[in-house]
Amino acid sequence: MKLADLQKIAEQEVDFQRAYKYRINVCCSSGCMPLGALKVLEAFEKAVKEFGVEKECKVARTGCPGTCSVGPVVVVEPGDYLYQNVTPEKAREIVRDHIVLGLPAKDLLYSNEQFFKKQKRLVLRNAGKIDPYRIQDYIAMGGYSALVKCLATMTPQGVIYEVMTSGLRGRGGAGFPTGQKWSLVARAHGSPKYIVANLDEGDPGVFANRTLAEADPHAILEGMAIAAFAVGAEKGYIYIRAEYPLAIQTLQRAITQARSMSLLGNNILETSFKFDVELRLGAGAFVAGEETAILASVEGRRAMPRPRPPYPANSGLWGKPTLIQNVETLANIPLIIMNGGLWFSKIGTPKCTGTKCFSLTGKVNTPGLIEVPMGITLREVIFDIGGGVQKDRKFKAVLVGGPSGGCIPETHIDQPIDYESLKNLGAIMGSGGIVVLDDQSCMVDTAKFFTEFCVDESCGKCTPCRVGLTKIKGIYDAITQGNGRMEDITVLEKTSVYIRDASLCGLGQTAPNPVLTTLRYFKDEYIQHIKDKKCPAGRCFKTKEGEQ
Amino acid sequence: MSALTVKLKIDNIEVEVPEGTTILKAARDNGIEIPTLCSLEGLTNYGGCRLCLVEVKGAPKLFPACTTPVSAGMEVITNSEQLREYRKMTIQLLLSERTHVCSVCVANDHCELQSLANKLGVDHSIFERNWTRKEIDSSHDFLVIDRNRCILCTRCIRVCDEIEGVHTLDLKQRGRKAEVIMDLDEDWVNSCSCTSCRKCAKVCPVGAIYIEGEPITRTKNKDVAEFILTRRQRK
Repeated sequence: MKLADLQKIAEQEVDFQRAYKYRINVCCSSGCMPLGALKVLEAFEKAVKEFGVEKECKVARTGCPGTCSVGPVVVVEPGDYLYQNVTPEKAREIVRDHIVLGLPAKDLLYSNEQFFKKQKRLVLRNAGKIDPYRIQDYIAMGGYSALVKCLATMTPQGVIYEVMTSGLRGRGGAGFPTGQKWSLVARAHGSPKYIVANLDEGDPGVFANRTLAEADPHAILEGMAIAAFAVGAEKGYIYIRAEYPLAIQTLQRAITQARSMSLLGNNILETSFKFDVELRLGAGAFVAGEETAILASVEGRRAMPRPRPPYPANSGLWGKPTLIQNVETLANIPLIIMNGGLWFSKIGTPKCTGTKCFSLTGKVNTPGLIEVPMGITLREVIFDIGGGVQKDRKFKAVLVGGPSGGCIPETHIDQPIDYESLKNLGAIMGSGGIVVLDDQSCMVDTAKFFTEFCVDESCGKCTPCRVGLTKIKGIYDAITQGNGRMEDITVLEKTSVYIRDASLCGLGQTAPNPVLTTLRYFKDEYIQHIKDKKCPAGRCFKTKEGEQ
Repeated sequence: MSALTVKLKIDNIEVEVPEGTTILKAARDNGIEIPTLCSLEGLTNYGGCRLCLVEVKGAPKLFPACTTPVSAGMEVITNSEQLREYRKMTIQLLLSERTHVCSVCVANDHCELQSLANKLGVDHSIFERNWTRKEIDSSHDFLVIDRNRCILCTRCIRVCDEIEGVHTLDLKQRGRKAEVIMDLDEDWVNSCSCTSCRKCAKVCPVGAIYIEGEPITRTKNKDVAEFILTRRQRK
């Protein structure tokens, strides 16, 4: 296939879609599927036929628009009317009112307008808009034209230069400059070179990467192919959790389609460039998302991290130079190539460019998957996009960065979100989990919960993480059962700092964050627990009957 | 080994070592002692115990000396107040992780964990001790594993894989539940790959793997490490 062929497909597809006056996008991702999205899809197809509007209304199966709490959701274009909690019965109603009569069914529409207003959807540009099973849909949205541009008009150095100019930083959490990483791998000696796309999203309550893979798999593949062109790799692996069956299926289909159109494989777009992608399924270990553990797992060994150096850029898979990127980072790449690094660098803040996907959960009115420009404040995310705290309860804290993130109190939520300011607050960007806690949450209990998660997920290689976290958990057990001592606070602090500094990998180094931040911002709650044996939120000291 | 050498400072002493040397080796070759547990000369380095952590001037984090190669102009500090404190914490954690009672341990007086505790001045533990009831496997003719004394340094696993070449031993589970197992978690006597070479007992720094009926002074012979190394170089 050549560039002209690709344009032809895009034009044909656009013409095909323009023939329809309306398009009904039914979200069929992991959030809506268990709520009956497939039945809703069926009902729409039936209703369209029943009312005889199948010539002017296209019903499409798509990925997630982000409002997972009110699924199944359906978007009617044009106008982006978002219907919530759609049932097969309501589907018929929507077709009758909206498509046939032209009057949107107002009482079924999604209520929080702010949810989308403050977002900026770059990575999720196609989420909920295209059918992830059809490569033509992606091509019609301008997909794969960035790869064409790279192959036809750019040099690998030129691609790396654009990515460097963009200021894009790794979205896996650590925020390493992407362009710099690419140039390290490009310059590294050794061949073949590899690319690993990290889709091992193990954090509880985080679903950004899954949604991306389910909604727009080709954006990941295109990003990978461009990265491969830039660094000189011929083989890529997508490391994905086995617990994401729909994402796996979607990606597998996408790979097959891309291969059949010679967008992957040998002689991509009739050039000498070759690159192929293979899926590798993870076996349910949180630590496998760590850069060096993922390499071990892809090679088929136990997912345990190893000390760096040597860095994967020089010695990664089978000792060869390897580029490891989060899939969200990769999905940004086609946009940077098409619009230029300079365009991208103007989004967000000067030091932290672009956008970031967050899984907004907890006690907010409108949870879901959001994508916001860097530099937005936590207050805007929680109170505007999230619609404030549920049942008008009092906001207490927000946990940013997953189980190894930090608990940030209200006094600090006007800080802009970027890698540095989150770090200063004791949190991390991490996997992009935002959990909102209200006044019914106990901070000691919250820290205990996340410590328990990290204890279970520690691989056991290094002493601080394996033993230190277990000891911290023991202290929390004592405190929440009424056996705490004031010295415990000092031991918690001392041990946490030690674990942070002495652990081998990112999991251990960040695991004490919930402990350290709750001690920093909510120390009085610990003292209340220990001295007065009281839990202000009424969650701890519970006996078997659940009495306090 | 490359003929090129690099110059660096360890504890303010200027040293010159071949390129690619680890900080640990560079220090030891120049008479600077860094405590270690999981590291053993002749085996690949693991970087798990975190005792050999050192500070590198200008770097925000600590580096394990056993796996970090030297680089020119590096300024390494091996013995700061903070590092001493962290090493004590590591020993305290290891002592309180599983059942370590020196007086009734086969390795008493010949235990690397015990001697490090003495050397580093660990006179108490701030952590509550944990009394584990893990399985003791004495099914083998003379090799015994008491998993309650294991510190998961994986020396036995590495020696079994890299030197003996049979890879009988490995880990199961993860985190605090991790345990050293034989083959696919068989009793030792049923292991079909074990050659009964005893190397695991010889490299075990504590009393977790030992040889029944053999004096511990003979099992824990310090020369064994050297033996392993020379065999490797001859290969």
